[in-house]
Amino acid sequence: MELTLAIAIGVLAASGVYLVLRPRTFQVIIGLSLISYAVNLFIMSMGRLRMDAAPILSGANANPADYTDPVPQALVLTAIVIGFAMTALFLVVLLVARGLTGNDHVDGKGN
Amino acid sequence: MTGINHLAILPILVPMIGVIANLIMSDQRSNKRVVGLNIGFSVTLLAVSILLFVVLTQSDENVAAVYPLGNWPVPFGIVLVADRLAAIMVLTTSILALASLVYASARWHSRGTNFFPLFHALTMGLNGAFLTGDLFNLFVFFELLLAASYGLALFGGGRNRVRAALHYVVINLVASFLFLVGVALIYGTTGTLNMADIARAVPLIAPEDRGLFEAGAAVLGVAFLIKAGSWPLHFWLPNTYSSAAPPVAALFAIMTKVGFYAILRLWMLVFANAEGAEATFGQTTLLVLGVATLAYGSIGALSCKALDRLASYLILVSAGTLLLAVGYNAPGVTSGALYYVVVTTLAAGALFLLKDVIDQILPAEAQVLAVSLELYGDEEEAIDEDQEVSRTFPAAATLISLCFAIVALVMAGLPPLSGFIAKFAMISSALNADNAPSVATWWVTGALIVSGLFVLVSMVRNGINIFWTSLPDDDVLRLRTLEIGPIIVLLALCVFMALAAGPAMIFFAETATFIHAPQGYIDLVIPAGGAS
Repeated sequence: MELTLAIAIGVLAASGVYLVLRPRTFQVIIGLSLISYAVNLFIMSMGRLRMDAAPILSGANANPADYTDPVPQALVLTAIVIGFAMTALFLVVLLVARGLTGNDHVDGKGN
Repeated sequence: MTGINHLAILPILVPMIGVIANLIMSDQRSNKRVVGLNIGFSVTLLAVSILLFVVLTQSDENVAAVYPLGNWPVPFGIVLVADRLAAIMVLTTSILALASLVYASARWHSRGTNFFPLFHALTMGLNGAFLTGDLFNLFVFFELLLAASYGLALFGGGRNRVRAALHYVVINLVASFLFLVGVALIYGTTGTLNMADIARAVPLIAPEDRGLFEAGAAVLGVAFLIKAGSWPLHFWLPNTYSSAAPPVAALFAIMTKVGFYAILRLWMLVFANAEGAEATFGQTTLLVLGVATLAYGSIGALSCKALDRLASYLILVSAGTLLLAVGYNAPGVTSGALYYVVVTTLAAGALFLLKDVIDQILPAEAQVLAVSLELYGDEEEAIDEDQEVSRTFPAAATLISLCFAIVALVMAGLPPLSGFIAKFAMISSALNADNAPSVATWWVTGALIVSGLFVLVSMVRNGINIFWTSLPDDDVLRLRTLEIGPIIVLLALCVFMALAAGPAMIFFAETATFIHAPQGYIDLVIPAGGAS
């Protein structure tokens, strides 16, 4: 499971970085989305990977080793919300730039 | 103690109420009462910040207002911590915000939409970033201030601004993702997000996790360095700052200091006082980056013909100086750097505002401004009529050139003003620090002095171009009181800081001693015997 997740994060991040470095704003915004998926998965994995473990402690003699860490999930939730909002905001700036310069080059230079 | 603890949340609440009130009132830009109300919010914020500052100054240096939100026990709940360092930064933010807001209310606020809510949101994010005691909330407040700053960087519109803001948004989004990766790595290795708890947990990290933790700290450091405008991560800064609207750029002058503050706080808590091999983690890197930033900033300043670009490079110069001070890791140098943060932030803000005033009186620039007015600000005339333009000021040119001279002296660090005192404190403490003089001491000393010379040359050259060669011949210069007033107040504060240098330096020295001894901070946030 660790290997699968690591490969997924790596592929997403590498594709995202490649796209962010492209000269077109559409490619940049797709790249940013891919990086944000990679980062969210990464935060999730930082709580250690567990299958079928409950995040809530119950009972007086609960053994912490049986439970999974709930904090990264809360963090990911916040990070997703903020990441979406920022990407949406960037989309607006991108559209304004497209309207003002008449093309989608990041420097507004065309072709 | 419980009473002052509630003070810690007020610098965040007041601008938040400001944002909400502005949204309820919708967008009534030309309404004088709305403008007055917004200035009122800013004045309230300043009053709250002064109160917080005074309370912390009057009490013992080891006191901080700790505000656990929702009253959850500390390592589990979110906590706000207002120690002296945070109080200094919050006070500087509030002063600068009030000055920019008053300046903007003369005419800039009507150039676009939603100026006031964005402005209050930015101050809220700044204050929150200074006050939070929790790494993830630092991220949240960073995003809050960045979201507002995107809107403000675009304020006024125009092709140039949109292009600069586009780059600014992309770079900051990537920096935010790096921030998250760093936070996640630190959480993964220490199991906590509370800064004091991280500092407590770091010596207990298993040796095999140590590398992962340092990688996380380094990634987080890169994110902060991008915000601080450190070389080679600063290329977004001159374009964004020089194309933003002047009152906005003036408030942006403190945004690079958020990066500096975060580096100072975390590095002092986690690494600067550790024993053994990790004691100097990142120190050399910070010193090298500081020297490189200073070199790049001062050479860039020499290359500038336009005043707004020059001001942006001066921001880079001050960022480099501050990085050097953090990297040097001596309490005396840190206290000089804190003094330097306050005066250069105020002076840089004043310079951005002054540039706009000078633009108005220069004939060529004035025409460009008129063209852009026709394009973007057709409401301008209606406002100008009922706006009180102050009487013709025969001494206007003298006044402006005097302001410019004060900014030049402060930024270059020449006596008798406060920039000199700050640099002198840094250099003399660097020479007197433990195991000094070392190679680092000479690099710090040399870089500070040479960059001062470069800044002086570039400021003088710009001053000659503006005041000796291009002022209009007729003496009829009009200054709005609302516009020149904030500049004079900001510069008067810089001069006052020079007059009150003795008490100020004692205060900054105590602050620096406190942040150099992280156990005091840890004990305040996590009282002994508390849940941990």
